[in-house]
Amino acid sequence: MKRTITRLLMAPSVIVLLLWMIIPLSMTIYFSTIHYNLLYPGPTRFVGWLNYDFFITDPAFLTAIGNTTLLVGSVLIITVVLGVALSALIDKPFFGRGIVRVLLISPFFVMPTVNALVWKNMMMNPVYGIFAWIWQSLGLTPIDWLSTYPLFSIIVMVSWQWLPFAILVFVTALQSQDHEQKEAAQMDGATSWHIFRYLTIPHLSRPITVVVMIEAIFLLSVFAQIYVSTNGGPGYSSTNLAYMIYNQALLQFNVGTASAGGLIAVVLANIVAFFLIRAVGKNLTV
Amino acid sequence: MTLTQQKKLKTVLIGSLAWIIALVLFFPIFWMFLTSFKTEAQAIAFPPELFFKPTLENFAIVQERSDYLYHAMNSVVISFGATIIALIIAIPAAYSMAFFPGKRTKDILLWMLSTKMLPSVGVLVPIYLLSRDYGLLDTRTGLIIIFTLMNLPIIVWMLFSYFKDLPKEILEAARMDGATPWTEVTQVVMPLSVGGIISTGLLSIILCWNEAFWSINLTATNAAPLTAMIASYSSPEGLFWAKLSAASTLACAPIIIFGWFCQKQLVQGLTFGAVK
Repeated sequence: MKRTITRLLMAPSVIVLLLWMIIPLSMTIYFSTIHYNLLYPGPTRFVGWLNYDFFITDPAFLTAIGNTTLLVGSVLIITVVLGVALSALIDKPFFGRGIVRVLLISPFFVMPTVNALVWKNMMMNPVYGIFAWIWQSLGLTPIDWLSTYPLFSIIVMVSWQWLPFAILVFVTALQSQDHEQKEAAQMDGATSWHIFRYLTIPHLSRPITVVVMIEAIFLLSVFAQIYVSTNGGPGYSSTNLAYMIYNQALLQFNVGTASAGGLIAVVLANIVAFFLIRAVGKNLTV
Repeated sequence: MTLTQQKKLKTVLIGSLAWIIALVLFFPIFWMFLTSFKTEAQAIAFPPELFFKPTLENFAIVQERSDYLYHAMNSVVISFGATIIALIIAIPAAYSMAFFPGKRTKDILLWMLSTKMLPSVGVLVPIYLLSRDYGLLDTRTGLIIIFTLMNLPIIVWMLFSYFKDLPKEILEAARMDGATPWTEVTQVVMPLSVGGIISTGLLSIILCWNEAFWSINLTATNAAPLTAMIASYSSPEGLFWAKLSAASTLACAPIIIFGWFCQKQLVQGLTFGAVK
């Protein structure tokens, strides 16, 4: 009786999530094996691996994979290193720490499209932007960031958004650090650097792993910043996997090839997800 | 210099450094806010102007040009709608998993988490075609359905951890007094966890409000929320930074303030309880 009720209570969540996962995913798998272009209505036919072949041999593919790796890797390194440093910096009380914390985490709540437009126009514009002004004040020639260093510009925008997340997680984690242990180490003459290196970093190893995996999953499908600021260009120089799939699906209407690309993205994300779920599961007590 | 003086100096140095970094990182938001009160000429003035006579006309023009309030209403309806529906579906599930855990509860929770790991771009094509075939393209209903499903795992997880932390003794006492499951939920569990439910809802609203991938790809003029409306400002029609800033400020301000209030829930919700 009790078991029936608990099952009934869980049923809606489980059923809708099951449908949400199975229907689109099996459709993606099916589409990836047929020739299907929205521009050419007509009978679709089974083509086997041809879509995958087409997607992988597309000259944009290797660039997109390279850009995706570079984007995910750089943002991870920037946010984790700066995140650890900044959260350690604001761990001890100082004047106005609460306000500093609020200022530091605010960029996370700026919507990605606004993020991209503010950076593209007001910061990075080669004529009127803040950077152009700084460069000129220093006697340098202003740089057209988005056309000269498109991927780097995207990395800056995305890091600006995700650094606050890393700070927030690490600050939370540092609050549970054993302060007596730190004081004892200080008494024994340990320097701040030693305490940071041998007590704080080990304490943060788990939060760092979690941040890396969660960010990796979100960063794998960065889309809005690219869509708004560079449109993947110039050429393919700032196209990542997500933008390439969008381009195939909604700009070239090539359903089959886009689906093949989508499945490649799913497989890549699942490699990360596997480790994340294992790490979360270890910590979960029911 | 004595040891206490040295310590004080160190605190001042650390504090100043932290302030400088925080102000630099916050600068783009501050600049956007400032620019929204400038005229277009002042917005692109070179060198940039810090002091000027503020004007409110940008806000009026934004409303006129792109019907700001209509898109803001879309954002409100979509994020509140998706959040409320997700809460209604998630509360019973989280309740039964927290109070009557079975052998498979852990597996179900982890499986729910895994559905969140599916990259949206992997299912872009089928979701787009399904929305088109069922007339959900560019409708609020379409986005509400997708956002509900997108955030459901996070909501179940957060509610589960709140319910699990409720003192078991109170529930047992209520049962001894003859409370039925229904009164137990409505009279004991809900009042005790109302804070948790509200902050879970707040996090869900933030995530819906800022979602850009589905908003851009599935809406046009009718159901576009603010994320998609602002994306339309990327077309190079000329320089209108002051108006762009006004629209952006209006779109971001409420959510930044919401965010300040639920920092802890954000960590818990987005790390699935792995960091406490």
